Amino acid sequence: MSRLGEYSPYLALLLVGFLPNEIWRVLGLVLARGLNEKSEIVLWSRAVATAILAGVVAKLMLFPLGELGAIPLAVRVTAGACGFAAFLAIRRSLLAGVLVGEAVLLLGGFLSSH
Amino acid sequence: MTLPSRTFASSTAAFFAGMRAAWSSVFVMVLSGTYVGIGALSHDFGLSAIWLALSTVLVWAGPAQVILVSAIGAGAAPIEVALAVTLSAMRLLPMVVALLPLLRRPGRGTGDLLLPTHFTSISMWVESFRLLPSIAREQRVAFCNGLSSGFMAAALTSGFVGYYLAAGLPSLLAGTLLFLTPLSFLISTARNAQAMIDRLAFALGLVIGPVLVHFQFGLDIMWTGIVGGTVAYAVHRLSGAAA
Repeated sequence: MSRLGEYSPYLALLLVGFLPNEIWRVLGLVLARGLNEKSEIVLWSRAVATAILAGVVAKLMLFPLGELGAIPLAVRVTAGACGFAAFLAIRRSLLAGVLVGEAVLLLGGFLSSH
Repeated sequence: MTLPSRTFASSTAAFFAGMRAAWSSVFVMVLSGTYVGIGALSHDFGLSAIWLALSTVLVWAGPAQVILVSAIGAGAAPIEVALAVTLSAMRLLPMVVALLPLLRRPGRGTGDLLLPTHFTSISMWVESFRLLPSIAREQRVAFCNGLSSGFMAAALTSGFVGYYLAAGLPSLLAGTLLFLTPLSFLISTARNAQAMIDRLAFALGLVIGPVLVHFQFGLDIMWTGIVGGTVAYAVHRLSGAAA
């Protein structure tokens, strides 16, 4: 089988990056024709998309890629929980939640490696 | 909700209002951190800065770009890469279907929606559902294009920053940048989930996702969406029928 390295990176970007990614957006455009906000399919689609986002979040936190995996699971989960609690406590502010969560992760990651 | 409709003097004004909304959104910070990471990755795998910028404009999806950069750098088989990218991109289909009805203007064709369709990404989707309902329907497309352009500009700039500062990003800092995406999506999705159906779908996704991954169930993200979303929808319908 041929390897990607043999192709120009720009050709690879179009064929195995842009096309397989964009096809889902275009399919969404086609399927959304004639649907309005109140329609049941749109309501169901939003529920599916919301569940997918939650699933992606949990996957990225619990089974992380790259350098995040070097930070212990307990630290990642604690940081997520603290960030969420800060969001609820501080006027439902996304910024407060993100800053607190990141601070806890940084501190926990630092302490666990020393 | 009976929010007053915001109306702008022109489409151009709506576009720039969208851009300003992007710059005052926490997602600018999140995208910047994420794309500094992707920029550093592209540098490490020997791709050019122009390639990185082009992939940001054309693909416009963080997870797919990470897969693409690592796979091209490692010389993986094209079919495997295409498959991995397409699996990560499936989420875009229900997102587009849910978003476009909010943007559609009566009497306008599909061409009007081509740009918002391409711009659909998690940050733009979450912010559109928060901001668009208070904006006059006629100007939502322009506002949304402005919002997305603002986000993309931040991603492009940060990609270059990461690319040229790549050397020796400490491991803990790199891990902290990678945590920005799940943390901000966790909180912003919860913030947007006002209706019972959305809250239930969110909670179900959080539980079903890791369980399927743990048991190495194939297509875990797709099944998380279909099962979690359908159960939430069914509960919503049944509770509506009972009320």
